[in-house]
Amino acid sequence: MNIIGLYNYWIVVVLMLIGFYIVIAHENLIKKLVGLTIFQTSVFFLYISMGKVAGATAPILDENYQIYSNPLPHVLILTAIVVGIATTALGLALVVRIYEAYGSIEENDIQVQDTHDRLECQLEAYGRQKPPTLFDQETN
Amino acid sequence: MDILLDILSWILLISGSFFTFTGAVGLFRFPDFFSRTHAASVTDTLGAGLILIGLMLQAGWGLVLAKLLLILVFSLLASTTACHAMAKAALKSGLKPLTYSDQENSAEETTSKH
Amino acid sequence: MLLSFLALTAIAITRMGDLFAVVMLSGIYSLLSASLFLDLDAVDVAFTEASVGAGISTLLFLATLKLVPRYEKKSRYKPALALGVVIVTGALLIYGTLDMPHFGDADAPVHQHVAPRYLNDSINEVGLPNVVTSVLASYRGYDTLGEVVVVFAAGIGVMSLLMVSQRTKARALTKVPADMQHQIILRIVAKMMLPLILIFALYVQFHGDYGPGGGFQAGVIFAAGIILYTMLFGLSLTQSVIKPVFVEMLTAFGVLLYSGVGIVCMILGGNYLDYDVLSHDPVHGQHLGILLIELGVGITVAAVMITLFFKFTWRTVKHKYNQ
Repeated sequence: MNIIGLYNYWIVVVLMLIGFYIVIAHENLIKKLVGLTIFQTSVFFLYISMGKVAGATAPILDENYQIYSNPLPHVLILTAIVVGIATTALGLALVVRIYEAYGSIEENDIQVQDTHDRLECQLEAYGRQKPPTLFDQETN
Repeated sequence: MDILLDILSWILLISGSFFTFTGAVGLFRFPDFFSRTHAASVTDTLGAGLILIGLMLQAGWGLVLAKLLLILVFSLLASTTACHAMAKAALKSGLKPLTYSDQENSAEETTSKH
Repeated sequence: MLLSFLALTAIAITRMGDLFAVVMLSGIYSLLSASLFLDLDAVDVAFTEASVGAGISTLLFLATLKLVPRYEKKSRYKPALALGVVIVTGALLIYGTLDMPHFGDADAPVHQHVAPRYLNDSINEVGLPNVVTSVLASYRGYDTLGEVVVVFAAGIGVMSLLMVSQRTKARALTKVPADMQHQIILRIVAKMMLPLILIFALYVQFHGDYGPGGGFQAGVIFAAGIILYTMLFGLSLTQSVIKPVFVEMLTAFGVLLYSGVGIVCMILGGNYLDYDVLSHDPVHGQHLGILLIELGVGITVAAVMITLFFKFTWRTVKHKYNQ
């Protein structure tokens, strides 16, 4: 009974970890978003599993049934799903813009380009007004 | 009469499950995309259809029957159309169906390699 | 059993490099989780997950994939560190679950607080058989208002991120070929299904008080119908049927309807979103209030989803035909 009683939560943990792993180990931004949705679903499962009562039925009142599952988690998760898709869409729109700006949706490429740009900017700034380094002052 | 309906519906349910199962096996065992689509569509139409008809016989007259009938009509329409769209998309993107001559060629190739 | 399936699908998602397959698998994952929600008595949640997760979410991912490369690059790092972090977190979480009440336990703390009140009194106070709807729209009306505002805000965010100017649209449209013109079977079946989908959405919207359903699900189904039409009959035809500006205004209208109901309640002497005062009989007032705010939710969700799809599609059109 002990093992069966906690099985749901363990699968929730496994799903959560898979989502977590995708988010931190993969570089592709779309894949990261898919990972986030998996992570999200695992939280949904956690809530819904807690709301379930053994031998109960769906919380739609009827004279034939006495025990109902807890409706509160259902409400919270129902709205969370729709909000989740809205925020995912926002993420996807950001991915599209990132691809237009950098020509890549791999995190690594984006970072390399950023570093490159920053160095170039710095070099350009130094080129216009000679940096007064210690070395220069000594030679003059 | 009730027993007759029960027996009939169970026959339908079991044969529906059988077709669903063969569809799943076909999906794994068939050699190319088009024959696999064929196997999958058997699951959609014959498998799901027979199971739904079996359930209808169990449901008796009422709202549930009407709902099951609607589900049957929709799933028949939608799944066949989806199959058609998928096969057409595959053909359009350059996938050719595996024909008998292809199989012979590949068989010859494998034998010549040995 | 189904949960194990889910875990397997999720593992398959991590292994795939082809993003198209990843997106399709995540659609399957959503459908599996919907059937699991059904198994756990959460019919409304299952309905939402099936329409949102397996429908709209997959669609939006595919729309994005048209704009970005389809294949993932092989990572150069060994993911050992990530794996280590994940395993340690997992071990801690599993250790945490040991104190959880068992699955299906009727005496768990979750079921002791407000749930009995919702289940026992809502039929007298609100008068609706579907407790989820009465909690969603009446007891926790503030929450739902917040969620609708978040959906609205996300819609505005996408609109501003993926803006395409009118001039570009007009220029690109002249070059777009009628893409699906030869797909006769698809078009005819879609024509047959479309009115039924829209009627079903309205049924879900207004039957949500008595059975599973409500504004969120209905909005998404309605949007799915419109999106189907757009995919098969082209963007320009759809936009001549439904003006995009009109849809964008509807996103705001839904939120306004929701909060307006609250303000009317205040004018009539009640608290914000306290529907008892809307009619002579408190239960009638609750009915009316829930009907109105569910309508507001449905309008906002449908309009936001349609707008999201339009924006992604316009972006694709712009990139393809506007060099």
